[in-house]
Amino acid sequence: MSTYCAGLLADVGILLLGALSVYITLATGQLSLGNAGFMGIGAYLTSYLTVTVGIPLTPALVIAAVAAGIVGLIVGFPALRLKGIYLAMATLGFGEMVRSFFLNLDAMGGSGGFHGMHHISNDYIWSWAAAILLLVMILEHSQIWLEMRAVCHDDTAAGLVGLNTTTIKVGAFGFAAAVAAIAGGLFAHHHVYIEPGNFNFERSIDFVLAVILGGSTVGPGALVGALLLVLLPEYLRFLAEWRFAAFGTLLIAMLLVRRQGILDRSLFRAFALRRPA
Amino acid sequence: MLLQQLVNGLTLGAVYTLIALSFSLVMGILGVLNLAIAELFMLGGYFGFAAIMAGLPLPVALLAGMSGAALVAVVIEKIGYQPFRDAPVVTPMLSTLGFSIILQNVATNVWGSDPLQLSDEVLAGRFTLGPVSVSAMQLTVLGATAVLVALLAFVVQRTSTGRALRAVAENRDVARLLGVSAGRVTLMAFMLSGALAGSAGVLIGLHYAAITPYIGVEIGLKAIAVMVVGGTTRIWGALIAGPLIGVAEVMTIAYGGSQIRDFVVYGFMIAILLLRPQGILGGTRSDQGQRV
Repeated sequence: MSTYCAGLLADVGILLLGALSVYITLATGQLSLGNAGFMGIGAYLTSYLTVTVGIPLTPALVIAAVAAGIVGLIVGFPALRLKGIYLAMATLGFGEMVRSFFLNLDAMGGSGGFHGMHHISNDYIWSWAAAILLLVMILEHSQIWLEMRAVCHDDTAAGLVGLNTTTIKVGAFGFAAAVAAIAGGLFAHHHVYIEPGNFNFERSIDFVLAVILGGSTVGPGALVGALLLVLLPEYLRFLAEWRFAAFGTLLIAMLLVRRQGILDRSLFRAFALRRPA
Repeated sequence: MLLQQLVNGLTLGAVYTLIALSFSLVMGILGVLNLAIAELFMLGGYFGFAAIMAGLPLPVALLAGMSGAALVAVVIEKIGYQPFRDAPVVTPMLSTLGFSIILQNVATNVWGSDPLQLSDEVLAGRFTLGPVSVSAMQLTVLGATAVLVALLAFVVQRTSTGRALRAVAENRDVARLLGVSAGRVTLMAFMLSGALAGSAGVLIGLHYAAITPYIGVEIGLKAIAVMVVGGTTRIWGALIAGPLIGVAEVMTIAYGGSQIRDFVVYGFMIAILLLRPQGILGGTRSDQGQRV
């Protein structure tokens, strides 16, 4: 496999993790436009641990995921007060604040960026991506997921039937932040250089796009969306400088034709093996 | 020094106000975050520049930027909003994002990714009032903003179109029952919003004497913060929030370093969302429209 293809594949794996982080909060009905912020926290913390402290990557990723998860919980509590587009705008602000914070963090290079990480293999990235995807798919068959979807459809009703909506919403935020942080740590060790601009609004939007295009009601949708988002601009290369316009057009066309995303539940049912009713 | 920064901040704030009003018209009436507004703003700037380069007077350039952006906004409404008006909030947001990708790409290909510079002779002069030095350009930006806001206020408060806009913002279903054409109102909101964004683009082009295809993203995102601080359902909140954020930003640059300005602006926005979601001007909480 050429280094070019390997690079694309690594991008897909990292985008898949970012998309899953959006998918998890979206399952509780909370749209986040600031997950690049959690990704940035993960990237900077992991890099600090491996380069400055000198511990191996895997424990560093776990520590960064836990730390970002705690930040996610802290962000999740005030987020309870907001809904829909207002929550989206608040998380947008959070993402921009994190980016601005790293821009001012001279200990980690500030606007000059941070380097010194060791490059990692695609296998390593994909083991993490596959493990988290599997974890999410297993979770989808659990009681917790049913509760999350209940909160998504109507959080008042979910509260009335005795579900703890606060725990579910805040927990989803924490879990999502941890997943985004892992994406960030892998990103940092794949590109071996990070700067605050890597974790901007456009990155957060990419995550959301991958989820919505792939299908926001099923976990594998994030995989399809990530593949689409990374590979489509490559296939459009023959259009040279017009390829982003073509991408935008395809994006709108896709939303017009199939706004629920490529994969959805009815598609899964249609292709499922016949089960006894 | 302080007064000088105040004037600079007010000029920046004037431009923020216009874009925030543009966001707020669509957000307050339809509950949709139109991300393409950032690029309409950029596009308006280019149209205005083209008009100035062609030797047309400033008011004509302003009009060119406004009508160009309004026309594009109509296309966005037809393709990017109408089909999705019943979809979850994220869908129209992403379709307008699609338009913003297209517009930025087109602008880069047509005008190049290097900044276009405005020659110095357009509105050179400076006036000195005591310790404060105001350029003719700044006065133009402030004056044009005042006129545009007055015009918008007239349209929204005094005309039947404006009444229809406010009725739909208050309660879409009841407004339709009373015979207001929701489709026409939506189109009107997008057009007004596009025209405002376009005018802001022309003015920021004059203010910086330069424009790039990437100016929309940074200033557009900050205008969302201005809209939130002013209150998303009360469009006039932007009149206070715009100058406030503009001055706060310029003061932060002057006294705290340019790097922390985004931190301050977005921190302010989050604080408002959490503590006073109706915005600084909004009334009681029950006043906030059901938008989600």
